[in-house]
Amino acid sequence: MGIVVIVLFILIFMFLLTNSRPAFEAFGRGFVFGREWIPSEEVFSVLAFAFGTIVSSLLALMFALPISVGSAIFLTELCPSFLRRPLRFLIEMLAAIPSVVYGLWGIFVLAPFVRATIQPGLAAAFPYFGLFEGPPYGVGLFTAGLILAIMIIPTITSISTEVFDSIPNLYREGAKALGATEWETIKTAVLGPGMSGVVAASILGLGRAVGETMAVTMVIGNRADISPSLFSPSATMASVIANEYAEANSDLHISSLLGVGLCLLILSVAINSISRIIIWRVRRKTI
Amino acid sequence: MASAKKDYLNSASIQRMAKIRKIKSVFMTFLIGVLTGVAVLPLFLVFIFVIRNGLPAMNIEFFTSLPAPVGQPGGGMANALVGSLIMVAIAGLIAVPVGVLVGVLLSEYREDKFPSVVRFVVDLLISVPSIVIGLFAYALVVVPMKSFSGWAGISALSIIMFPPIVKATEEVLRLVPNSVREAGLALGLSRWRVSIYVVLKGSRSAVTTGVILALARVAGETAPLLFTAFGNRFWPTSLSQPMPSLPVQIYTYAISPFSDWHRQAWAGAFLLLMVVFIINVLARVLLTRGSGGSRT
Repeated sequence: MGIVVIVLFILIFMFLLTNSRPAFEAFGRGFVFGREWIPSEEVFSVLAFAFGTIVSSLLALMFALPISVGSAIFLTELCPSFLRRPLRFLIEMLAAIPSVVYGLWGIFVLAPFVRATIQPGLAAAFPYFGLFEGPPYGVGLFTAGLILAIMIIPTITSISTEVFDSIPNLYREGAKALGATEWETIKTAVLGPGMSGVVAASILGLGRAVGETMAVTMVIGNRADISPSLFSPSATMASVIANEYAEANSDLHISSLLGVGLCLLILSVAINSISRIIIWRVRRKTI
Repeated sequence: MASAKKDYLNSASIQRMAKIRKIKSVFMTFLIGVLTGVAVLPLFLVFIFVIRNGLPAMNIEFFTSLPAPVGQPGGGMANALVGSLIMVAIAGLIAVPVGVLVGVLLSEYREDKFPSVVRFVVDLLISVPSIVIGLFAYALVVVPMKSFSGWAGISALSIIMFPPIVKATEEVLRLVPNSVREAGLALGLSRWRVSIYVVLKGSRSAVTTGVILALARVAGETAPLLFTAFGNRFWPTSLSQPMPSLPVQIYTYAISPFSDWHRQAWAGAFLLLMVVFIINVLARVLLTRGSGGSRT
């Protein structure tokens, strides 16, 4: 049975590699680094989707990180014990909600809110910034980042909680004995030693955001374009596959989409491996 | 130097510093509390909107009839419900035995070299985006069969489902004390019999919980079904035909421009969310009861 698992993974990788070869042969390095994706003219390249994937995921991480680390600190250090289990359950429920439900909510609740409130507000507050300009669509990188943030909060929170829990109480007692306030204790005895664990948790969250498909597809606007504004419609590697695969009929188009899939696979496996190595090191150090 | 130090130590400035530190501490703990509230807020927002928009759209017709054409009121998602149930059930039949057995391998033979390689690959598989698994299932089943089909959807779902089952099983079995294994071995059972009949059987309720959570997770999977099972508007009659499913139906309705369909999408989302929520609550209750029992 174990062999089946290994063979399966190799098969997935080999299949993507062999089937995307026509695209790499047709466009060479330009397939990865070109900016154009025009199915009607048979011009394909990945960069615009890589841009959308990375920017939306980094936005998500930016939103989710303070919230997740704050929740993890609250859960381990400040929370009264009767609240701990229900709170943990509520945060884990965020991970259980199907992506398509987030997408539906994103289309009908979040996107209009971004269009009517958040974008005009930010554009008015920072008028010469460029990041917040453009017509208010409501769908775009920013909205995708918000939805992704909600979806990765449970990942980052649960790993950070685990890391903070494994920090010996001796540290906290030491800090308190030296006269540290509550916050100083948290800063020096919890956040300090737990930092590498938090980093690993964030990278793992980033990995989840990179592979997330449905919710993003529904709110990102789906335009293969690199634009400086955070509110412009964009597309991610996962969303272009979801959008075009069922309708692609030219061989080169299919092969290019598989090439996008290959890049996505490599990116998410790389991100996840890095965070697992860090987590593994942290665990070994604490044991 | 000495006078500066003395100055620093004078009691008024110490007291002022202490006050500032205390205020800062109170402010930061307050901020942490607020951040925690912000973390839970989206859950309530999603629930409120799904219930408010989905509940009024629910009726008997939703559960019993086929989708209505655009412009006609009524219609339901019965075919998608049946399709989802069939695909998740068959995917479970394939993935559960594989997942549980690999989990047993990883926990019971953990010191061997081969299982650690398998563990590494299972971790890699968990990190593969589900849409990529969909691409793989497309090549594996759709291309040779020359048609979108239930089988293609099932193969995608089962590949997605089994790594979490492996992890859950492994984690649960690791909690079984070694004395249990030793007792079995002392009675003359072979090692694999101990693994299956003693260790696995003893923790079956916890393993079941992991399996049920994995089922709940794939029940909401959409991306890999878009181009494997594809979906259709009729009753699922054959596994070799395109097959409707609840998540894909929600997606198609959500991105359509028709408000009738939007209502149906909300109703579908309401149903999906309730199923997932109830399963999660039940699993949690089962798990705490199970572990409470084994600890005493």
